[in-house]
Amino acid sequence: MTKGQEKVESDPTFRRRGAYVRPIDFRNGRVDMTHGSGGRAMAQLIDELFAAAFDNEWLRQGNDGARVNPPPGRLVVATDCHVITPLFFPGGDIGALSVHGTINDVAVMGATPLWLAAGFVLEEGFPLADLKRIVHSMAGAAREAGVPIVTGDTKVVEKGKGDGVFITTTGVGVVADGVDLSGDRARPGDRVIVSGTMGDHGVAIMSLRENLTFETTIESDTAALHGLTAAMLAAAPDLRVMRDPTRGGLATTLNEIARQSQVGFVIDEAAIPLKSEVEAACEFLGLDPLYVANEGKLVAVCAAADADHLLAAMRAHPLGRGAGIIGEVIEDRHHFVQMDTRFGGRRIVDWLAGEQLPRIC
Amino acid sequence: MKYVDEYRDGALAKTLAGKIAREADPGRRYHLMEFCGGHTHAISRYGLADLLPRNVEMVHGPGCPVCVLPIGRIDNAIELARDRGVILCTYADTMRVPASKGLSLMKAKAAGADIRMVYSCADALKIARDNPSREVVFFAIGFETTTPPTALAILEAARQGLANFSVFCNHVLTPAAITHILESPEVRDLGLVPLDGFIGPAHVSTVIGSAPYDYFAEEYRKPVVIAGFEPLDVMQAILMLVRQLNEGRAEVENEFTRAVTPQGNEKAKALVADVFELRRSFEWRGLGEVPYSALAIKQRFAAFDAEARYGIVYRPVPDHKACECGAILRGVKKPADCKVFGIVCTPENPIGSCMVSSEGACAAHYTYGRYKVGSDPGKVGSDSTFGDRNPGR
Repeated sequence: MTKGQEKVESDPTFRRRGAYVRPIDFRNGRVDMTHGSGGRAMAQLIDELFAAAFDNEWLRQGNDGARVNPPPGRLVVATDCHVITPLFFPGGDIGALSVHGTINDVAVMGATPLWLAAGFVLEEGFPLADLKRIVHSMAGAAREAGVPIVTGDTKVVEKGKGDGVFITTTGVGVVADGVDLSGDRARPGDRVIVSGTMGDHGVAIMSLRENLTFETTIESDTAALHGLTAAMLAAAPDLRVMRDPTRGGLATTLNEIARQSQVGFVIDEAAIPLKSEVEAACEFLGLDPLYVANEGKLVAVCAAADADHLLAAMRAHPLGRGAGIIGEVIEDRHHFVQMDTRFGGRRIVDWLAGEQLPRIC
Repeated sequence: MKYVDEYRDGALAKTLAGKIAREADPGRRYHLMEFCGGHTHAISRYGLADLLPRNVEMVHGPGCPVCVLPIGRIDNAIELARDRGVILCTYADTMRVPASKGLSLMKAKAAGADIRMVYSCADALKIARDNPSREVVFFAIGFETTTPPTALAILEAARQGLANFSVFCNHVLTPAAITHILESPEVRDLGLVPLDGFIGPAHVSTVIGSAPYDYFAEEYRKPVVIAGFEPLDVMQAILMLVRQLNEGRAEVENEFTRAVTPQGNEKAKALVADVFELRRSFEWRGLGEVPYSALAIKQRFAAFDAEARYGIVYRPVPDHKACECGAILRGVKKPADCKVFGIVCTPENPIGSCMVSSEGACAAHYTYGRYKVGSDPGKVGSDSTFGDRNPGR
């Protein structure tokens, strides 16, 4: 007997009638409006699927929220909405992505992620089999990362008013004393390091777009980076900036830091790690890999003196093996990101205008 | 990347740059027009201008398909999607081009019109097949490169009897536009736009071949070098043009021999001839009415011609008063000469079409080259243009 059935059957109404509780049909069933109405169907879905998959001491208490005991230190809170299409892609799915994305937002603040909260917006008619797959993937990602999902919420919207499933996750983490990472701390002379190849996630997603389908072996790089960030902070406690270049890619992240820190960047095109498959896919789609999203990579800015041992520490971590120094911070009142091209010229790497492709994270 | 990196080799570029610098006569200036947006993009993206001596100057031409599309034609497309309830399929670049009344296809889409971005007109055909109860219109734009696929789509629709599919044809022709520029009073009589030679189109020439350019070399005494879109192609073409000018030659030379033949792609040309006929005149943004410069769908395929099917009426719409796209497309002005460039007109909020497509002269200059504004005394525009501007959003 599953945990869900236990709970429903311990309900006095059920006992009195001796009602049989039909198990949720995770093979052919679909989300319907009752799954979000606050009634028994919702309770059953929460118990049999979400609580069972995410199982931890806080969820077992069955309260509206999770009461946690934060360790001493400053807390970091980050939230991230996930609306990706397609929901399943090479190397991951929206479930794992929603865990990794928020853990990474907390981690690049220099924090140790402790807890996650998850909100689901389900569309009426969404196959329960897909939902189960997604929730299990989330649970697996959270377990692997050692960051429990301690509270959550589920809503159902009518068919046509959503796109299958949207997931919002919020993360809480704690920052050790002495760590002070912020986008406004880049200083002229600092070095810029990326943790690996750029653009893998975006190209993996694009390869599945209905009007674009092309064969590729590229997989999304979706991964939780808090192990890597911890190793980096151990090697270089005075790290200035870390950021995960998701939407808008490396170019957007560097422009954000340039604006926040009131500096400019000069990067070296030849030093930017790129998989040749990603480069080729971007070439024939007319995209610039610098603007393509990543979900398991980070950009760091550190003092020049820290660069070499930071790089060594990154390369010693499985998620930083492909790390490389790609450029430096310069003084520039225009806050431009410039790039020395492999061809020998220099150009601006500007903010993205319009959108390269919709809904990738 | 195999077969691509070879054409982006920085060491070879330096060698070519050295040759150009040695051979360019310091006593004269070389004004070379790259007709195609593809070349404009390559020049900006790879920073080619940095590698050229100061007296070799590139003048951007009108060969950006999105840039030359007049406002009235986009208005027509918006009306089709909004008022006639069709599914309008379009290339992504066209989505953000500003139309009348502050609209664009993107804004019309947000307001509920069914407008879909496609990568090729084959996708539009598929949408028509998948939506038999809806009318589907492909918004066809572009030069000779995109025309054969449109022809093929119409033939395919006819073969399959796809009665819900039609094409709003806006295909234009390269040679007519070059003639128009060479005949413009600014070039011919006033000498306002010194044009010494042309870098001929890459992809267009794979279709039409190199022969159509013979006329410019002979009639106007302007050398033409057809070049590929890779940066080394462009550098090599510049060297070839400098040599022709130094030797007083005006010939058509082909740098892009790996793809372009004198006669071009006979099959593609036959397809186009089968489906399309010349229009007597067509309005180009920036160039105005240009005789025999565009294609219309032949009567035989009228069932697939959106203009006939929906009785589309064309109304010309003047450009925004402050916008210099017209002069920029004719090579008379440079992006930095425009008062609104980079201030009111940005890629996020384009006033003119040249700021929209990445092949547009303004967008290319804004995106890749504007840090140089003011650093070159030969170019108009001061550094302070950007001093007060927030480079962010």
